[in-house]
Amino acid sequence: MFSYYARLALISLRNSPALTVLTVGAIALGIGVSLTVLSVYNLMSADPIPQKSDVLYAVTLDSWDPERPYRERDATIPPYEMTFRDAVAVRDSDIPTHAAAMFKAGFSVQPGNPDIRPFRVISRMTDRGLFAMFNLDFIYGDAWGARADEGGEYVVVLNQTTNEKLFGGEDSVGERVRMGDNDFTVVGVVEDWNPTPKYYDVNNGAFDEGEEVFMPFALTEALELYSAGNTNCWKPEDIESYQNFIDSECVWIQYWAQLDDPAQRQNYQQFLDDYARNQQSVGRFQRPLNNRLFPVMEWLEVRQVVESDALIMLAISFMFLAVCVFNTVGLLLARFISRAPHIGIRRALGASRQAIFSQQMVEAALVGTAAGALGIGLAWLGLQGVRVLYREVDRLTYLTPSMIVAGFAIALVAALAAGLYPAWRVCRTSPSFYLRLQ
Amino acid sequence: MPDLEIRPILGTMRRNPVGAILIALQVAFTLGVVANSLFIINDRIGLINRPTGFDIDNIVTVQSTLLDDPADKLQQVRTDIEALEAIPGVIAATSVTQLPLSNSGSGTELFASADPNAPEVNGARFTMTETGLDAMGLTLAEGRWFREDEIKLPSTYGDPINVVIVTRVMADALFPDGNALGATVYDHLRRPVTLIGIVEHMQGSWISWQHLDNNIFTPQVPMQRFARYVIRTEPGSLDQVMSQVEPTLAATEPRRIVQRLRPYSEIRDRTYTEHRAMAIMLGVVSVLLIIVTAVGIVGLVSFVVRQRTRQIGTRRAIGAQRLHIVRYFLVENWLMTTGGAIVGMALAFGVNYWLANLFSLPRLDPWYLPAGLVILWLVGLLSVFAPARRAARISPAIATRGAAL
Repeated sequence: MFSYYARLALISLRNSPALTVLTVGAIALGIGVSLTVLSVYNLMSADPIPQKSDVLYAVTLDSWDPERPYRERDATIPPYEMTFRDAVAVRDSDIPTHAAAMFKAGFSVQPGNPDIRPFRVISRMTDRGLFAMFNLDFIYGDAWGARADEGGEYVVVLNQTTNEKLFGGEDSVGERVRMGDNDFTVVGVVEDWNPTPKYYDVNNGAFDEGEEVFMPFALTEALELYSAGNTNCWKPEDIESYQNFIDSECVWIQYWAQLDDPAQRQNYQQFLDDYARNQQSVGRFQRPLNNRLFPVMEWLEVRQVVESDALIMLAISFMFLAVCVFNTVGLLLARFISRAPHIGIRRALGASRQAIFSQQMVEAALVGTAAGALGIGLAWLGLQGVRVLYREVDRLTYLTPSMIVAGFAIALVAALAAGLYPAWRVCRTSPSFYLRLQ
Repeated sequence: MPDLEIRPILGTMRRNPVGAILIALQVAFTLGVVANSLFIINDRIGLINRPTGFDIDNIVTVQSTLLDDPADKLQQVRTDIEALEAIPGVIAATSVTQLPLSNSGSGTELFASADPNAPEVNGARFTMTETGLDAMGLTLAEGRWFREDEIKLPSTYGDPINVVIVTRVMADALFPDGNALGATVYDHLRRPVTLIGIVEHMQGSWISWQHLDNNIFTPQVPMQRFARYVIRTEPGSLDQVMSQVEPTLAATEPRRIVQRLRPYSEIRDRTYTEHRAMAIMLGVVSVLLIIVTAVGIVGLVSFVVRQRTRQIGTRRAIGAQRLHIVRYFLVENWLMTTGGAIVGMALAFGVNYWLANLFSLPRLDPWYLPAGLVILWLVGLLSVFAPARRAARISPAIATRGAAL
């Protein structure tokens, strides 16, 4: 029966090609635009580490200005980053399964091979906990040992691209690289790590490039490193030496911890609060106690990773789709009603209302399927356009399989919804009325 | 005044309201989207086109990182600047700690008095050399720019300074009553500094900051091994100068990494990427939406014309002129469009109200609503014209035949 209806539908579609093109085109445009926007939106709001995003926490301490909150609009949010001294103190806790302090810093690399010109890299200064916590994949070697987190070991983990540049992609574990004024020993090579959004450090944009190398956070003081990301200060302090800087109230360190169950989380919260109370006794942490642990998705919300522009576009694209559906209702109505005499004959020859209705809906479904396919093509084109417009975020602009399925589903539902009223109108027509006109 | 037959048209619509409702709904949503889009587009273009205050189209910037500590950082920077200024086509060059419109950098505050309760005035801080005014192409409104002997090495962080220059907006914020020039102002640690000059205007570092135009200039060179240079060229020499920058820096000191050599306009374009993308996307969506709506109107009206062939023929047979037929369809469509547009204006306002509340966006300027209405009237009339003309060509003789529906 279905194939018979489909054949009838194809004939009818071929009989009025202009109307067919308009109908399919209208829905396809709606799908194309909505899907383009939806893909960008979806990738912006995607869970960057779905396996464990609910056990990874951004650790925040409210060491900010007693006179005003860190965020003027929402006093419940502590500073996004930590002071160096607090990060060092929090590192002492062995409650989390894994934990890591971190920030990014720039280094000049001077390759041993004179054919390779010196170049700059961005390093993530961190603890060994980062690799296991964020599931980085090692190609060669492994994370540095626990002793390197105490300081004094000049070791480095390269990403694949940097290893390619320096060592032609060979196993470089044990090799030495001059970075800044020190020779670092390679202990591991990881696959390039570019989570989208860059949840662990959104300070320079949620779609910022990942770092190229990783080095122990414990070297920060010895190398007198400053952050290549964000540093925020509230207190007027006379900072004349590096020691002044790391003792200051400026916040610039990100801190992450993996807490696998509620008890562990509660213990850790207790530990942070005890630390803050202890600091109150030396005149710091003068704000109300407000140390918070944010799971990944909540953190992205706090940091407003999905920009208001994306939400505006999303709203507008659905209004666009609505117009396309109204349009399709109109065009399908025109198509079906202009065929009413033909339907009158079929009814007179004994076709039931239900059969006519099903036939119309099969036709609508065919229109929807065609529009879905065309719409996905248009969305692909649209994403190419978005890529050009947004230069840097080309990682945001691909169609995922679920988006393709969603595109077809929206097109079908839209076409069937649009076909419902016209099909109902048509199958209500009395056969005698049209027969009279023949 | 000719009879526009509004009453019979309304009667027809009442008997068969679906087509009219569909068109009105499309028009309503289209108006809601188009009015809001035009408003946002205009807002973003306004942001991008704010005057920068410096010669953005003729400036090249570059970053240099030395591989070793320089024996004398101040001298190293001076040598670099002299070498860069010797490139043919260069007007002036300076070192600068941060770039206006780059969305990154640091700020500080100044106070108009040493009184602990004096309000702080925040601004982005640009440290430059004595060549800074010419290298940026800034306009000095009052006082003077830095002298060569005032340029200092920065101490590690809190670098005490004696003289400072600010933008006009910043000077007015510090001293609302005027007389800023020559006044003593106080830095973040309440150390006194003399305000020696006022720059007419320069945009600062963060484009969405409310105090974008509050800027502070101090006479220093950048810290440690790092330096960023701004090189202003004569109009038309930008490309040729750009090709000379890397070899010139390598000649004065080969042990360094030179990066991010680019025309200044590229920095601005990068910073405004999202605003520009938003404006373009909204523009494309609006145009597509208008096309879809127009196509919908053409389709539905064509259908109606076909459906009413006999009726039109009959009217023609009893004396209606072609003009009357065309007018009938134009008026009918105008009524639908207007009905939809009234709903659409309410919708546009509602959408804006919701967006404004959610994202603290500016409120929709009411003028965008009539603008949207006029656009949709035009679209409606243009789309209906072709099918209406076809209707007008229907022969009166058709009324006498039986078959057509």
